[in-house]
Amino acid sequence: MTRKGRRGVFIFSGLGLFSLAAALALTALSDSIIYFYSPTDLIAKKISEAQRVRVGGLVKKNSKFVESDGVTIRFIITDLENEVTVKYKGVLPDLFREGQGVVTEGQFDQIGIFIADKVLAKHDENYMPREVADSLRKSGVWKGPNLK
Amino acid sequence: MIGEIGHFALILGFFIALAQGFLPLIGTQKNNRHLMTLASSSAIAHFGAVITSFGCLMLAFITSDFSVVNVAQNSHTLKPFLYKVSGVWGNHEGSMLLWVTILALFGATIAAFGSNLPRGLRARVLAIQGLIGSAFIAFILFTSNPFLRLDTAPIEGSGLNPILQDPGLAFHPPFLYLGYVGFSVAFSFAVAALLEGRVDSPWARWVRPWTLASWCSLTLGIALGSWWAYYELGWGGWWFWDPVENASFIPWLIGTALLHSAIVVERREALKSWTILLAILTFSMSLLGTFLVRSGVLTSVHTFAADPERGVFILLLLGAISGGALTLYAIRAPLLVGGGLFSPLSREGALVLNNLLLATCAGVVLLGTLYPLVLEAVGAGKVSVGPPFFNATFIPLVIPILICCPVGAMLSWKRADLAGVFQRLKFVLLFVILIILFTTWMHGVKEVLASLGLGVAAWLIIGSFVQIIERGGFFKVPLAQALTRVFNLPRAAWGMAIAHGSLGILVIGITVSSTWQIEMIQLMQPGETISIQNYKITFKGTNSVTGPNYSGVEGEFSVTRGGKNITVLRAEKRYYPAEQSRTTEAGILSTVAGDLYAVLGEISDSGAWSTRLYFNPLVSWIWVGAILMTVGGLVSLTDRHFRVGSPKSAVKQPLSSPP
Repeated sequence: MTRKGRRGVFIFSGLGLFSLAAALALTALSDSIIYFYSPTDLIAKKISEAQRVRVGGLVKKNSKFVESDGVTIRFIITDLENEVTVKYKGVLPDLFREGQGVVTEGQFDQIGIFIADKVLAKHDENYMPREVADSLRKSGVWKGPNLK
Repeated sequence: MIGEIGHFALILGFFIALAQGFLPLIGTQKNNRHLMTLASSSAIAHFGAVITSFGCLMLAFITSDFSVVNVAQNSHTLKPFLYKVSGVWGNHEGSMLLWVTILALFGATIAAFGSNLPRGLRARVLAIQGLIGSAFIAFILFTSNPFLRLDTAPIEGSGLNPILQDPGLAFHPPFLYLGYVGFSVAFSFAVAALLEGRVDSPWARWVRPWTLASWCSLTLGIALGSWWAYYELGWGGWWFWDPVENASFIPWLIGTALLHSAIVVERREALKSWTILLAILTFSMSLLGTFLVRSGVLTSVHTFAADPERGVFILLLLGAISGGALTLYAIRAPLLVGGGLFSPLSREGALVLNNLLLATCAGVVLLGTLYPLVLEAVGAGKVSVGPPFFNATFIPLVIPILICCPVGAMLSWKRADLAGVFQRLKFVLLFVILIILFTTWMHGVKEVLASLGLGVAAWLIIGSFVQIIERGGFFKVPLAQALTRVFNLPRAAWGMAIAHGSLGILVIGITVSSTWQIEMIQLMQPGETISIQNYKITFKGTNSVTGPNYSGVEGEFSVTRGGKNITVLRAEKRYYPAEQSRTTEAGILSTVAGDLYAVLGEISDSGAWSTRLYFNPLVSWIWVGAILMTVGGLVSLTDRHFRVGSPKSAVKQPLSSPP
């Protein structure tokens, strides 16, 4: 095979691979992107039950309540303007605290309660997930250091 | 005083690095021998300055000198000694100092052990290292100085995030940095080669050991981080496709491609452009990772607090270093004339496919990592791209690599006989098909992916050793003779077999622990027993525990199997008063067959505790696989041909080459 021919084979297979990867990536992206909403955003948007979303905000003080089965926990997420009730079955992460920021992931049920299957307590040294800080800033109630 | 010495040493290091950067390059242009040899001495001096600085910071941490801002923010007198030391790199400023120290270390090592490099090449390589070093020291001095002083020193420090007070995590950054930053050597060699206008077999022979050593270290660093996440974060998971994990994985993928591509340059003087590009990209991806973690565009337990000034600085550095190198590549690449011709069906061809696939994998992971950032930057909302995306894209791309691996390793150079290779592998193939059928029969078609995973793993493990078996002549000559033959095989052959085979062990660990993990969440009263796998776990209740800088509650779970006592798992919930935060420590029993994993939740009003119990089958095979891969790499590294006589050109070299 000539050098040119060989190069052709490699370019062709490279392009083929690239197209395959692009197709995979685009399909996967459209299927698995999860949007983040604050409670105020949710009022405007109509989220269907099938859609996986993330909801975040501050955990409302004194809203944490353990249900009778002992492992399902209910609490309220607020952005100081609107609220969402969340139910989560499992053990909450250590960094979960009332009055502090939290991000949850899951789906809404028919009556508008958010059934979370993941509670994310990922945040930086200032204990505030960035998404929550941004949404609080947008609603004008941010009282912390201006990091941006 | 120590802080000032450290600060001064760092500033000195900056100027030495600048000299190391510019003077040798001028020397190569002007054919000035003295300026060129200055590269080695300045590299060693640079290292001396930076290590002094690092040592001073470490001393400040160990003596709990809270007048240094960095120590006050990140340390505490009650912290155990190990974590006082590891606290040096547990924060942004200190970890950047570790970064530049390792960069300087590599430069000094090249200076000390590279006396057989041609003078011009050595001068250029060290100059690039010096330039990179000076850029990052400038970054530290201007935006992230660990030696700033507090006017009134506090009596006590703010402590270190308790999650980081852990042996696994104490060692994770040094190994990671030895890897990441080690790839700067390959980068410097690549840019130096582009400046010289020549890439040849001796060049590859010099680059390979450095790349291999960095790769081994990065593999270990990633494995340590993953293992830490598994036992510390309490979810039994060990990889979350977190952007920061991805930031270390992408250089690893491209570094693996580089490792293999360099072989072709050395053996056949082909794939030169590929190898140079991969060398530039690997370090660029390391820098990108550094940017992602430190700029504040991501939030994660891994990231350091946001500071836009730092982010912009690093982005500029990234642009200058990578952009500069890539521009040079664009200009100079046509000079890199290819060597031997080869058919697409050959070992070279297989390695090109390997390059393509690994680069695509890296690209896809990069896409998933950057996509949320890009969307947010253009104001299209906050999204998160999680494991579903990565699993859907990465896994289909990595499977061909795993399947081709044993085959490619057995192809001959230039033009290979694929049918012949399959002939040699026919028994392995038969065995693999049997395994797939058997697992599908045992667990149903529902778990067919797991069956395929196990099949691929078996293919890797056995296929990688077929060559060794053939070369030993097993079944053809007496066993003793075969064993001797095999023992005397070059270490590179063993290294390859071990590394590829342990990839298979890794795949088994991943497949089995993901598919057949058992999770049980429930309330348990003291005295209650639960069955999981074939173990019986009895919750014995809790007692209080105290440590050097924490206090907490420990839940005892006694474990029995078949009536016999196995062990007592202790799951803790700790409170660190200095840092005012809590951690959960899981109680783990690790066996070859799997891990029992117990996590204590919260106490309910009835006095019962919520608990999470897991059985993670074969999960320790993941860490064992990763460690063995590193061992394989190290075995290769000690191969004679890396040590015996570096190639010296037969023809007398001009001291510099035409621009």
